Amino acid sequence: MTLLETRALAAGYGQFRALFGVDLRIEAGETVAVIGANGAGKTTLLRSISGVLRSDPAQVLHRGEPIGALPAEAILRRGISMVPEGRRLFPSLSVEENLLIGGQARRARGPWTLGAVYDLFPILRERRRSPGTALSGGQQQMVAIGRALMSNPELLLCDEISLGLAPIVIRDIYAAVPHIRESGAAIILVEQDIGRALSVADRVYCMMEGRVTLHARPSEVTRAAIHLAYFGEAA
Amino acid sequence: MIWIDTLVQGILLGGLYALFAAGLSLVFGIMRLVNLAHGDLIVFAAFGILVGVTTLGLNPFVAALLAAPLMFALGWALQRFVLNRTLGKDILPPLLVTFGLSVAIQNGLLQAFSADSRRIPSSGLDQASLDLGPVTVGVAPLLTLATAILAILALNWIFYSTALGRAFRATSDDPVTASLMGISPRSVFAIATGLAMVVVTLAALFLGMRANFDPSIGPARLLYAFEAVIIGGLGSLWGTLAGGIIIGVAQTMGAAVNPEWQILSGHVAFLAVLLLRPRGLFPRAVD
Repeated sequence: MTLLETRALAAGYGQFRALFGVDLRIEAGETVAVIGANGAGKTTLLRSISGVLRSDPAQVLHRGEPIGALPAEAILRRGISMVPEGRRLFPSLSVEENLLIGGQARRARGPWTLGAVYDLFPILRERRRSPGTALSGGQQQMVAIGRALMSNPELLLCDEISLGLAPIVIRDIYAAVPHIRESGAAIILVEQDIGRALSVADRVYCMMEGRVTLHARPSEVTRAAIHLAYFGEAA
Repeated sequence: MIWIDTLVQGILLGGLYALFAAGLSLVFGIMRLVNLAHGDLIVFAAFGILVGVTTLGLNPFVAALLAAPLMFALGWALQRFVLNRTLGKDILPPLLVTFGLSVAIQNGLLQAFSADSRRIPSSGLDQASLDLGPVTVGVAPLLTLATAILAILALNWIFYSTALGRAFRATSDDPVTASLMGISPRSVFAIATGLAMVVVTLAALFLGMRANFDPSIGPARLLYAFEAVIIGGLGSLWGTLAGGIIIGVAQTMGAAVNPEWQILSGHVAFLAVLLLRPRGLFPRAVD
């Protein structure tokens, strides 16, 4: 059964509509990339799946069950966790507490424990007593990823985990993605870094102005097709 | 020697003000909600304990022990069903609703218990004292300060060393991201208000045993509590204790000079601190 599916997902903020009927699906264990320019609706898509934004119940299906109207805390308990854009660590909590709080509400069996996250990102073990926000951007991103893994999710939503980081730091962070895949979690990777996204994804969706403009396997897609889906006809 | 005595009495009085303020400080630190009915809820709890003592014949401490879980439930329900609906970007709705609640509680108590001044009978505890060389201290004030310190120790332990406290701090930092962690901000707020009402019950016990109370005195208790919170700095419970003690000492010092100056000098001390340290003595919260 399909792990997660959106059907004609429409979402927005007040009068402003950001998504116009997005269809996306992901199977268990799969890694899917969602690419697109700023304002294409990628973040809104993840916010709708994670429950930060509510939609019609049947517009988001988890294992066939409608979850579109559930609040974020209920979505997390179903095994869908999110690495939010901009990391959003809790400044009042230490690195270790930031990790612990990720696994506090959902006690699922799985490979991810405090020790496993420290093995994935050894630097965090050294910095575990520091306030989360005292770390460098890359280390903060590691905390945000570790925090989302602590609930042992079936589906991990990653919103621009390379944003604002130096290329060498991005490489370190992406080195963790295969380990996360091996643990069995499916991943939706929202990215602006197309090369990175295509290198790790099984399938890729490209979005423009709130709609899916391309859906393909990385091996089947040409640069020209992506260019067209990314910027539209006029470009 | 009179000044040492005045100082000690002031510190002990500060314990009572810290108890008034600790619950307010906790709630304000977590959800930036100022509960204008806080003082009236203290008076409400004091009447509850009084009923337990006079009609059920309980020891006041036992009555408070029974009242504490009831007050927790009341606080939980109040937050869950009323105050959570008022929280949002606009700070006015919670102020209006808790102000209305304050008026409603005062009038409800007036209807139920009349305007007569009451006191929780404590079988002589309010008269007992200890002779400590240069100063003589009342047993009840000493117990009040000890209880305030223990309450703040307990709240700090919850806040910094438990999973619940982690959820409190995370929700205070960023409720949306906390919900992404599976934490429901609304139920965290409800538990916080419940805890605040347990501290309110302790405050009510000592208020009611040490001094006369009637349905109208809540707002003045709120004022002292609020000043203690602001002096201490938002979100710091030890700061709240310090704030309570500063107001207590200022009041007894003022009263020693001229009994008419007691209340005034507490407020003057508050304004002086606000002038020198606008964010309070030990601010934890960043906003």
